Amino acid sequence: MELTAVPRKISTNWFIKNRWLVLIFIIIIGSIAYAYAVNGRVTTAVLASTLRQSTPLVLGALCGLICERSGVINIGIEGQMLMGAFLAFMANVYLGNLWVALAIGILAGALMGLLLAFMSVTLKMDQIIGGTVINILAIGLTGYFYISGLTTQGKFQPFALGPLAEIPLIGPVFFKNPPITYMAIVIVFVLHYVLFYTRWGLRTRAVGEHPSAADTVGINVYKMRYINVTIGGMLAGLAGAFLTLEGVGTFERGMTNGRGFLALAIMIFGKWTPLGAWGAAFLFGFTYAIQTQLQFMGVNLPPQFIGSLPYILTILVLAGFVGRSRPPAAEGKPYEKEGG
Amino acid sequence: MSDRLSPIADDAPIVLEAKGITKQFPGVLANDQVDLVLHRGEILAMLGENGAGKSTLMSILSGLYTPDAGEIWIKGEHVTLHSPGDAIIRGVGMVYQHFQLVPVMTVAENVILGAEVVKAGGYIDIREANRRVRELSKQYGLEIDPTAVIEDLPVGLQQRVEIIKALYRQADILILDEPTAVLTPQESNELFQIMHQLTAQGVSIIFITHKLKEVLTVADRIVVLRGGKAVGTVYPAESTEASLAELMVGRKVILQVDKKRAQPGKTVLKIENLEVLDERKHKVVKGLSLDVREGEILAVAGVQGNGQREFVEALTGLRPVVGGHIFIEDEETTHSIPRKISELDVAHIPEDREKHGLVMPYSVADNLVLNRYFHEPFSHRAVLNRDAIAENGRNLVKEFDVRTPSIETHAGSLSGGNKQKVIVARELSRPVKLLVANQPTRGIDVGSIEFIHNQIVAQRDAGVAVLLVSAELDEVLSLADRVAVMFDGHIVKTLPIEEATRERVGLLMAGSEEE
Repeated sequence: MELTAVPRKISTNWFIKNRWLVLIFIIIIGSIAYAYAVNGRVTTAVLASTLRQSTPLVLGALCGLICERSGVINIGIEGQMLMGAFLAFMANVYLGNLWVALAIGILAGALMGLLLAFMSVTLKMDQIIGGTVINILAIGLTGYFYISGLTTQGKFQPFALGPLAEIPLIGPVFFKNPPITYMAIVIVFVLHYVLFYTRWGLRTRAVGEHPSAADTVGINVYKMRYINVTIGGMLAGLAGAFLTLEGVGTFERGMTNGRGFLALAIMIFGKWTPLGAWGAAFLFGFTYAIQTQLQFMGVNLPPQFIGSLPYILTILVLAGFVGRSRPPAAEGKPYEKEGG
Repeated sequence: MSDRLSPIADDAPIVLEAKGITKQFPGVLANDQVDLVLHRGEILAMLGENGAGKSTLMSILSGLYTPDAGEIWIKGEHVTLHSPGDAIIRGVGMVYQHFQLVPVMTVAENVILGAEVVKAGGYIDIREANRRVRELSKQYGLEIDPTAVIEDLPVGLQQRVEIIKALYRQADILILDEPTAVLTPQESNELFQIMHQLTAQGVSIIFITHKLKEVLTVADRIVVLRGGKAVGTVYPAESTEASLAELMVGRKVILQVDKKRAQPGKTVLKIENLEVLDERKHKVVKGLSLDVREGEILAVAGVQGNGQREFVEALTGLRPVVGGHIFIEDEETTHSIPRKISELDVAHIPEDREKHGLVMPYSVADNLVLNRYFHEPFSHRAVLNRDAIAENGRNLVKEFDVRTPSIETHAGSLSGGNKQKVIVARELSRPVKLLVANQPTRGIDVGSIEFIHNQIVAQRDAGVAVLLVSAELDEVLSLADRVAVMFDGHIVKTLPIEEATRERVGLLMAGSEEE
């Protein structure tokens, strides 16, 4: 009897397997090179702005994917970001140290992550409700405690990474940034490595796909989910801190402006992988960056139209126009341990 | 190979011993003072009906449950197991009936999960893991490709992965929970060979099953559980299927269904080139054609997961049809809603009785009128007639021998066999032309199985066309007048019962085409 596996008809060659990705990549590089040849200054400015705009989005998406990879849906990214942004800002106002403020922003996110973990893992609440609780809580708390007219001691400034910053185009875009933008890039690669090449990653994915399989080989499902969701919260807190400490430099009510939800679309677009999310975040970041540039260039389009681009893109992504991708099988389902 | 009366294994050292294991669940004494001894290199069969306490006992031995009383000794050491991890450390590996494998990961990733060998920074050397899996599969004759993704593998191979997983953790006591439930007869034979190869290398195996034939072929010793108690230890050489069944059920059981020759009449159900999709939009019923005549039982045999569930759901209107036609008598019902099909006098005993058969929080009486509550006398001008519903409930509970405290009891609190009897009572207590029964006896006690089999045969004799879908070959062979073998979404062959031997049907179930 035939007991061998049906071989998947895919090439082992990475370039052939991902030919569409490679093609898109070549087109993008080509367009950037062309744009740079036509107008170097504007191209550099747009790309640099794209990277910075994408920073909170990619951090939010990483938060979402690390939670979902372990089996917990996090729609509270928006609220976690907002809390991170608010507390980082307040710390900056009253303590006057950007690095301490940054730490407090991350801590705020971690606590919000812990709250989500408590609701979804320990209380086994519906995870959508749990995330909504966090969003409403964050809007309420930050709105109530915010006092207008506070001034800060400034924000993170870009610094060049030595000779790397001298490379044309790439230098000013990637190697002349403020610290949180650098951090985000490093975190993307670290998380990708951790998720797909380490013990922690293997266990996280197993817990998100088939928790009872993980449980029967002695992996503590609850602990894995708690830690991953808390780390996710820290990333969202960092994204919030980026807004108040690096991007805008001040706080406004509801300043996250839907970025936490866009992050979910980016996570799906990136097929639940950190590198994919990074690429997707660039695309979204670009739609933000181009808004300002088009207005500078005097292009006669209503700003509301350009402003809606990220959201239109989100609808397209969520409607499945970018190819189907499969979420972790156990996401959204509280794990009920057997036995007693 | 087990025709020795006093197997050598009895002299081998004892590797596992359970003394007086007792486990109480709310309302059920699942294990009552159970003793068990396992020798090195022995295959011990644990035989019992569903609900006899086999799974509870095994869950206790594998650390999933802690017993209320009793002791467990492993290799001469008194142990307390708090988690599956505790059991694994002591060499007890469990192969669950529902495989505990992550479908999107590779064989090697599943094997090492939870017991990964890592380098600096937690890095997993997947090449090394693949090499280890190859080594193990060679040592124990369990051929497998470590880089294959689990969801691409047939169940027989997935089961191997589970066994390798236990061996990787250096288990020398394997507990196999109903391992043949999802296998074809041929795959089962391969598994038995593997089990003998394992015991030859010093592994001890506890093999849980309710299939009598298997026990007699493969076991060195048999422990029978009934009602939570170990009621006997016997050897295959001194046992027969009938003696085992009697021990298992506690009374004489008629294993063969007594039935006359079929008198088939005109065609009631006709299906042409049916095509149906599953949840993931994959086509799983691929051009299925069959017909069932009045007064005959057509049994669809096949290993689970070959499209049977989707086929029956499409037939009964629960799932959209994407191609082909279904005719019930002269009416086309390809795209009809379930109510319409039911009103054509089609009875349906669904595969998942808790999901599609009953409304769990409703009373037995209400469940008994789910297909008729909108008719007189159960309702009048859209208002329910409670008296008629209660009257109907009392009559059917008596007629179909449903063991329930009252007709107001929630259906969800009945035992599996009694739930099934409620469904059968509801479906068959009105005039029926076609009966569609999908896995009608899965997971229920022998007494209820007997009762339901007799009901099905009685319907046939009354001229009803019966379509029986079952993964239990014994059930198919004892009930069917014709056997249609389903594989990979279509009927590979239909045989009259006289030509349907166990071997032939088994081969067809595995997809081997006949000329």
